[in-house]
Amino acid sequence: MMKEELETTNRPDNTAFTQQRLPAWQPMLSAGIVIPGFVLIGLAFIGIGVALFITSQNITVLEKDYTGVETTSDCYKCSNPSDKNCTCKLEFSLSTLFEGPVFFYYGLSNYFQSQRSYGASKDEYQLSGDLDYFKTPISACSPYQYDANQNPIVPCGSLANSMFNDTFKLYQIVNGTKKLVPFDGKGIAWWTDYNIKYRNPSVTPLKNAFNGTVKPSFWSKPAYELDTSDPSNNGFVNQDFLVWMRRAALPDFRKLYRRITEGDYARGLPAGNYSLEIAYNYPVLSFGGRKKVVFSNVSWMGGKNQFLGIAYLVVGSLCVVMSMVMLIVYAKFKFPEDD
Amino acid sequence: MGSLLSRLGLECGRKAVKEEERHLRANDRELNLSYKYSDNAIKTSKYNIFTFLPLNLFEQFQRLANAYFLFLLCLQSIPEVSSLPWYTTVVPLVLVLSMTMAKDGSDDMNRHRCDKQVNNRQVEVLVEGELQSEKWMDVQVGDIVKLENNQFVTADLLLLSSSEPLNLVYIETAELDGETNLKVKQALTVTGKLEDSVEKLANFNGEVRCEPPNNRLDKFTGTLTLKGETYSLDNERILLRGCTLRNTQWCFGLVIFGGPDTKLMQNCGRTTFKRTSIDRLMNVLVLSIFGFLMIMCLILAIGNGIWEYQEGSKFAAFLPKGVNAPFSAFLTFWSYVIILNTVVPISLYVSVEIIRLGNSFYINWDRKMYYPKNDTPAEARTTTLNEELGQIKYIFSDKTGTLTQNVMTFNKCSINGKAYGELLDFSGQRVEINEKTEKVDFSWNNLADPKFCFHDNSLVEVVREGNPEVQAFFRLLSLCHTVMPEEKKEGELYYQAQSPDEGALVTAARNFGFVFRSRTPESITVVEMGELVTYELLAVLDFNNVRKRMSVIVRSPEGKLTLYCKGADTIIFERLNPSCSNLTEVTTLHLNEFAGEGLRTLALAYKDIDPEYMEDWKLRHHVANTAMDEREEKLDALYEEIEKGLLLLGSTAVEDKLQDGVPQTIEQLSKADIKIWVLTGDKQETAENIGYSCNMLREEMNEVFIVSANTSEEVRKELQRKMTPDGTEEPTVKKSRSGLFCLQKTETVADEPVNGEYAMVINGHSLAFALEKDMEIELLRTACMCQTVICCRVTPLQKAQVVELVKKYKQAVTLAIGDGANDVSMIKAAHIGVGISGQEGMQAVLSSDYSFAQFRYLQRLLLVHGRWSYLRMCKFLRYFFYKNFTFTFVHFWYGFFCGFSAQTVFDEWFITLFNLVYTALPVLSLSLFDQDVNDWWSFQYPQLYTPGQLNQYFSKRAFVYTVLHSGYSSLVLFFIPWAAMYDTVRDDGKEIVDYQSFALLAQTCLLIAVSIQLGLDTHYWTAMNQFFLWGSLSVYFAVIFTMYSNGMFLTLTSSFPFIGTARNSLNQPNVWLTMLLTSVLCVLPVVAYRFLRILLWPTINDKVRGRGYKVRQDKVLPPTPRRVQARRTSTRRSGYAFSHAQGYGDLVTSGKFLRRTPKSRPALFSQTDSPLAQTHIVGYSHNTCLIFLYSFCCCDCCF
Repeated sequence: MMKEELETTNRPDNTAFTQQRLPAWQPMLSAGIVIPGFVLIGLAFIGIGVALFITSQNITVLEKDYTGVETTSDCYKCSNPSDKNCTCKLEFSLSTLFEGPVFFYYGLSNYFQSQRSYGASKDEYQLSGDLDYFKTPISACSPYQYDANQNPIVPCGSLANSMFNDTFKLYQIVNGTKKLVPFDGKGIAWWTDYNIKYRNPSVTPLKNAFNGTVKPSFWSKPAYELDTSDPSNNGFVNQDFLVWMRRAALPDFRKLYRRITEGDYARGLPAGNYSLEIAYNYPVLSFGGRKKVVFSNVSWMGGKNQFLGIAYLVVGSLCVVMSMVMLIVYAKFKFPEDD
Repeated sequence: MGSLLSRLGLECGRKAVKEEERHLRANDRELNLSYKYSDNAIKTSKYNIFTFLPLNLFEQFQRLANAYFLFLLCLQSIPEVSSLPWYTTVVPLVLVLSMTMAKDGSDDMNRHRCDKQVNNRQVEVLVEGELQSEKWMDVQVGDIVKLENNQFVTADLLLLSSSEPLNLVYIETAELDGETNLKVKQALTVTGKLEDSVEKLANFNGEVRCEPPNNRLDKFTGTLTLKGETYSLDNERILLRGCTLRNTQWCFGLVIFGGPDTKLMQNCGRTTFKRTSIDRLMNVLVLSIFGFLMIMCLILAIGNGIWEYQEGSKFAAFLPKGVNAPFSAFLTFWSYVIILNTVVPISLYVSVEIIRLGNSFYINWDRKMYYPKNDTPAEARTTTLNEELGQIKYIFSDKTGTLTQNVMTFNKCSINGKAYGELLDFSGQRVEINEKTEKVDFSWNNLADPKFCFHDNSLVEVVREGNPEVQAFFRLLSLCHTVMPEEKKEGELYYQAQSPDEGALVTAARNFGFVFRSRTPESITVVEMGELVTYELLAVLDFNNVRKRMSVIVRSPEGKLTLYCKGADTIIFERLNPSCSNLTEVTTLHLNEFAGEGLRTLALAYKDIDPEYMEDWKLRHHVANTAMDEREEKLDALYEEIEKGLLLLGSTAVEDKLQDGVPQTIEQLSKADIKIWVLTGDKQETAENIGYSCNMLREEMNEVFIVSANTSEEVRKELQRKMTPDGTEEPTVKKSRSGLFCLQKTETVADEPVNGEYAMVINGHSLAFALEKDMEIELLRTACMCQTVICCRVTPLQKAQVVELVKKYKQAVTLAIGDGANDVSMIKAAHIGVGISGQEGMQAVLSSDYSFAQFRYLQRLLLVHGRWSYLRMCKFLRYFFYKNFTFTFVHFWYGFFCGFSAQTVFDEWFITLFNLVYTALPVLSLSLFDQDVNDWWSFQYPQLYTPGQLNQYFSKRAFVYTVLHSGYSSLVLFFIPWAAMYDTVRDDGKEIVDYQSFALLAQTCLLIAVSIQLGLDTHYWTAMNQFFLWGSLSVYFAVIFTMYSNGMFLTLTSSFPFIGTARNSLNQPNVWLTMLLTSVLCVLPVVAYRFLRILLWPTINDKVRGRGYKVRQDKVLPPTPRRVQARRTSTRRSGYAFSHAQGYGDLVTSGKFLRRTPKSRPALFSQTDSPLAQTHIVGYSHNTCLIFLYSFCCCDCCF
């Protein structure tokens, strides 16, 4: 409370910060910036939109539903879930070369991989090869944690359990004979998934690691026998398994099944008739789902998608129109110079 | 010390069993202890080491937001419900709790330290017949303690004896009531006899019965029983804790109340917690958001039920659980409560506090609100009210010490028809007087007051030449007054005047060579131009409100009898000798001139008296003075008789110095549409005068109503004057409801249009009637139609009532500003209280929310800091709600694509860090640095302030717009990525629309969009803003690449499942194209809307910004500020503006208060042997004489 005369110990510092005088850029939404800005953005967007649209137009996509809902479909016979080991055929013809590399996808509709408890129903530790979790999978896997005999399920959880198990073979009909189109199933999963995220336990042979565990109930083969042709494509690092385990965000999705990059088909699928042989195992009709196969090639912007190109064109045009409107308004209601 | 006191204030209010009466016996610890009275230890701290954690947590969880988060945490621990991992809630909650805990902890440490320091103070206590030094905390009720000079009073004591004559002690009560003047307390004679004899004191066994502890500082009732006799005790015998002993060598006291029972502690009741209107709005909004949240969750839960029924049950083969649709819906409801909790983010409250704190620091740091003369910076004592400063509609100001400096200076005079005090240059033009103007040199007069300044040399010349009129003029000033001189050292005179006007006049006379040196009841000694002259004082014809003048009758050493009179010009002019008529005319001219400048004027006159007549008059005076009935009237008649046929000497003009920049400040504030009401304890004339000089009352006003009626009916009639030709008879009162659940009923008196400018002056007497229930609306209505309202002669309680009235019926934000203890009530009542600091007394400052040294800083506080704070807070809230609603709505939309399963769209870590890390600092920098226009423009266009008063920047309507805006943004942010991705693949043919990639895309789009929106809202881009914005974005990318890296996954497998997503996703061109599209779609419509709005419906704000922009662009100089015209060319006469009270003349002549001179310290009753003095003490109230002697500046305090 004592005040010393003429002392200025309490005088606040004179800095730009304390005095709120920090140098600053104070932009304004002035006509000189906004209107040309809109024009420029509009033109740029139209440019991008045109490029995207043309690129997208050049991508070929062939989609075939094989759920077998229609009685005319060959797969209709397989749509009865009690029918095991059913195979059906899907035939199509190409009038021109389907430029390669061609990607072969299977697609599911109305399938909720995005459901929370479905997505959470897996054991990251188990899948990274931790043997402790082979014996006691985490509870999130329940009810696919243990089987009826309290044997641990490996891989546990509904995500793994519901792995897609239709298989496909593509034949080109050349002069009435079927010529197998070679599929390339390597490297269809993410590098990180294959190398880091999912690992088999370092037990050789791999089969031994699975001692005392049971395979998921929907599976026909245990994990270590998923690919009998390639021993390194088994267990948790099986490419199809990895693709399945990367769950989809939306209820309609497609997943990469194989690539067509080899032999006569390296440049694509030539014009001609094709027959797709499907081992129809996966039941989807019960929940109103659909199955389809998709052949597609890609461009720099990925797969075919008209939306982005059109959206850019529309937004770009709107920007240009808006800039016109603003120009007119500006000319009419110009800021009064003095007030 | 003040902060210590306020800390002491925290822990009052605990009360044990109600005490009916206190009974204690001196020196009998056993008996006294049996009553279990509190000892003298105080405890203001809340916690100790062990209770800190539980108590503090308990307190914190009483806050709604914290409790809500705790509830969420409980929900999250249920695995079926938990849709988010625990850390999304725990991390923010722990952060918030620990921040608050650290703050509370350090506060409490300080309190502990203060308590300890106070409790360990030493005092001498009489224990078993011996004086021992003990700690304060060990002092018990009934102990006798010895206090020495300058010591703090230990507890509430009954004064027993003292070193001073008549058992008096002097105490300073500044800490208690803010008054700096010394007060006197006196012990009972019977206890006074104990003196300092330890033996007698130890044998003293008086019993005290008194009132139980209470908080009335000015009242005490009790009895002392000693040897069978009972003496009554009142406040005069009590020394209160918190006071300081002054000018008294020692005294002894009996402890009556200790520690928490003392009046100081009882008085420091909880200060009412003020909340801002934004706070209240926020509470309402948060509640409605809760409701909104529940609706969203309900919709999603119902969706889930339907989905489970239609799809989930059939999907059962792939789903983990058997499903029961209603139960699943129930669980989903709670899961969504967890996910959508971001609509009521905990960081909202923390950020709001940080922003307010930051803006408070700006106030503390502002050099333009720092007053170098007494080294006082502005201080934001409450850090939670800042944005309210930008919404003030009504200011209630005290006058003395707030608008004025409470310094009177002798400024001009007119003597014998010639005016002095004005400086003229060669051409006869007035010269502006400022600080650099040369001052008159008074060095020829060694008794001159060095602080006195005067600029007109001619007056000194005439007085030194010996001009008889001029000399008579100053002689009058040196004789006709009731000032007391004090001469501590030879030649160092101090005048103690009961009104500052008188002090100024006597000081002026002193400097011009007529030095009032000393007085006795019968004489006045003056040094006249170096010569010592003693006048015999024959009579003092005292001042009163009706007479409006005072006179003295003196006999000069030569034996000449003279009556000297000074008073209101109109009164004096009536009593002049007709021969003065010419002089009167000239003087009237001068008086008008003086009054026009807002000076307080007095006319001076004298008259020689015939000795014989005097003899006769004196005899009759004596008779009248001793008359039993109608004494006043008889005296008045006698005075009237002798004060006739006066000869005019001239007039004085005293300046009641306004503080610097007051008129300009008031003009600025009224331009900002802020209404200023002056509430003063001063007289009507003085208040009016100040009203004119600070431009609140103006000549060109249509009418100035003066309401000074004495009955309720008259007041009503005076209030019902019509200002609008078509005004309705009855004021329109709009009834509405507001607050939580609309529980509060509010009544609002609508503003009415007024033709022309009016002002109202109402005095305290009328105000008392007008404030009654049936008339208050009438009062408010009339007052609000006036440009200026001045209430004079109001009590502190009335000040508060007026504030409450406006608060109640205007629903407007009010601010009260004052400097003294009498302003405390209104400072506490108003939404914002401002104390003028650096002056005497701390009370106003202690109870204020903001304090600074000069009234003129108010405009900076409101127009700059307040406006910015309001703007920033509103911007912050709008943006914050936008950001979080957008964030949350995206989840809502995703519900339709994940079976309403409460699956989050974003990565869990993103949800955790979004508010805390990625967007926290940019928002804070927006709300700490943003300025729409700088302070210079704010002053140029005070109209910029009005949007705040109208709540334009953040209201329910603005909130709804914000919600709609974020609804749009969230649609864009969800459906554009959805449409762009749902049927496409990556450029290497792999799938792109897996959950993790989609999450990354959606969250990046969101973050970029809200960051750009932030950029759009920022008007003032400092380096910090740029740094934080870009920094946060880069931190985001750094964090996702780190969190999604191999290393993190390998260390904590289950927490970082997103491994590789960033690498795999962000190398896709269509991902970036999607981000660009969403950002542009979010932002461009806003840009277009704002651009068109500025063009079509520009607000004042846009206009000023546009102008500022132009100035910056063109590098042209901004217009120079217009000069405010300082002088008023009015001819309005200020009435008799002389703050004076009746009755001092009596005191001066009675001789009961005169002291020997020179004396080193005030010894009031030096003539202790005089029986008169004794009787006086019995007969007069102490307060009167003390005020007379010590409170020279409290002319404002009329309570």
